[in-house]
Amino acid sequence: MAKKKAPRKPARRASGGDTQHAVEQFLYRQADILDGKRWQDYIDLFADDGVYWMPPEPSHTTWDGMPAIFAEDKNLMTVRMGRVLHPDAWSQRPLWGTNHVVGNVVIEKESPNGDVVARSRFHMMELRRDDVRHFAGSYTHHLKKTEDGYRIRLQRVDMTNAQAAYDYVLQVWV
Amino acid sequence: MLHERIPNLSGFVEPDRVRREVYTDPAIFDMEMERIHERVWIYCGHETQVPKAGDYYTVQIGRQPMLMVRGADGKVNVLYNRCPHRGNMMCGDRSGNAGEFFRCSYHSWTFHHDGKLRSIPMMESGYAGTRFGKDSPDCNMKKAARVESYRGFVFASLAADGPTLKEFLGESRIAFDDMCDRAPEGEVEIVPNCFRVIQHSNWKIFLENQLDALHPSVTHQSTGRAAHEVEKVLEKNAKKGQVPLKYHMLSAFATVTIDKWDNFQTLNYPHGHCILTGYMGLRPQDPDTLAYDKVMIKAYGQKRFEEIVGVNIHHVLIYPGLSVQSPLQQLRAVRPLGVDKTLTEIWHFRLKGAPEPIYRRSLAYYNLVNSPSTMINADDLENFWKCHQGLSSDGGDWVTFGRHFGRDIEKDGRVETGPNMGTSEAPMRNQMKAWSQYMTAGR
Repeated sequence: MAKKKAPRKPARRASGGDTQHAVEQFLYRQADILDGKRWQDYIDLFADDGVYWMPPEPSHTTWDGMPAIFAEDKNLMTVRMGRVLHPDAWSQRPLWGTNHVVGNVVIEKESPNGDVVARSRFHMMELRRDDVRHFAGSYTHHLKKTEDGYRIRLQRVDMTNAQAAYDYVLQVWV
Repeated sequence: MLHERIPNLSGFVEPDRVRREVYTDPAIFDMEMERIHERVWIYCGHETQVPKAGDYYTVQIGRQPMLMVRGADGKVNVLYNRCPHRGNMMCGDRSGNAGEFFRCSYHSWTFHHDGKLRSIPMMESGYAGTRFGKDSPDCNMKKAARVESYRGFVFASLAADGPTLKEFLGESRIAFDDMCDRAPEGEVEIVPNCFRVIQHSNWKIFLENQLDALHPSVTHQSTGRAAHEVEKVLEKNAKKGQVPLKYHMLSAFATVTIDKWDNFQTLNYPHGHCILTGYMGLRPQDPDTLAYDKVMIKAYGQKRFEEIVGVNIHHVLIYPGLSVQSPLQQLRAVRPLGVDKTLTEIWHFRLKGAPEPIYRRSLAYYNLVNSPSTMINADDLENFWKCHQGLSSDGGDWVTFGRHFGRDIEKDGRVETGPNMGTSEAPMRNQMKAWSQYMTAGR
């Protein structure tokens, strides 16, 4: 039977079913939190030294000292949350919402301590007032395994739209 | 036809108010492109964007798609992005390198970097005896009528006549002097990234906002407050001066209250250019600044150093298409795409010879305030859109610029706002005065 065959490469252990499932669940939950506008829960998914990063083009290899659409640690994320929740964040007044779908989840690397690097793809539709925008791209999550589940050390967001002119702006994370 | 419908534009602008159609009428927009943007000096880009021969960057001047290209002789040329044969656009991407010459993708006509025709396939057999060929000026790529640069910043004018770039810029030259002088080597270089953001509003609404000192504490209260909350927590946990300056840059939008903005001042010049003075705490006494000061003093000497870092500028507006924040080494170029659609191209520059932390400090502002995830312009663009919507309605005929009207002080060819009147609408009045002059010139 096929299931009795020894794995051809030891690396296959890295995409073991448990990890794959756990990472997928983590990514789906993150997307759900984002669409649910549960900003503090979203920030809490990050490790204390975690960074949310959206480079303006795919060739960038670090956010450090580089132009970036987002390069936010938890403090800056807290500023962003505080702005959005402020009663006079005027551009938050119009009705808006997002819908993320995450898929194509690939476990790139799993360390012996359980830390994981995972790649995935996303599609996102945003409604703002009467206008719909569509964004898509890939996520790379560097996840740290903790007793409370995964925490994000680094989330890289390569938005396919990143190099195009932005029609209006991005008020929250994608 | 158009001129019959809009016979006398001068009636659209009064010293303290402007007709709403000036912002919303597509016919007036076309006239603006013809009489302003396609005549005056428009910023194309920085010389360091095209360092090597054949490097090019596309740029829109008014309604004209243009190319800024570095020639083999080192000169930067500005050409219409168009093949003279059948009108095919020469470069279909935003930037790149043309190689030794431009080659049209349609019939392989080739051109030198200065636009001059290089070859046509089978030129002799195809064109002998016709009016076209190597010596016909109609077979060259058309050049911008005039190209000049100031301290590395390249401008083009599509009109053969008019003031020189230096005369046009006048006192607003300080935008580039202030930026370059702050570099120990006296030059800046481009940070190779352009943030591009589209506004669904008339181009003038953006420009009028740039020196509007009354709006920050209203429009940006939310971000200022949110940043201040985090700043306070960080201050509690850190030694004085250890909180990164970026929090202060954001919190200042709220902590500098409405009345304090009146302490700033605007200086208004011919051609619609304006300067907003006032400094957002960019000369602190932290170790990074002190290290920079040391390098600067070595380069310039104490006296000149004090002059340079003492330049008191928040913002320079070069009408009709450039908003410069010289102490932060960034600028926004305004490209009107339609009467209600405006593209901003946002660039950051590195001070040559300055220590890395100084670059990173202004980079933080570039990322937080001027990138597409901006926590500041999000609310500006919302205002601009709402302004454009309101002006499209019959709810009123005028936009008013009456704040501190009649209290401006005119001297030495410039208009200053009175003491403690920094929130004066003098810059908007000045821009519309220039607009009116351009639009009615010779008519």
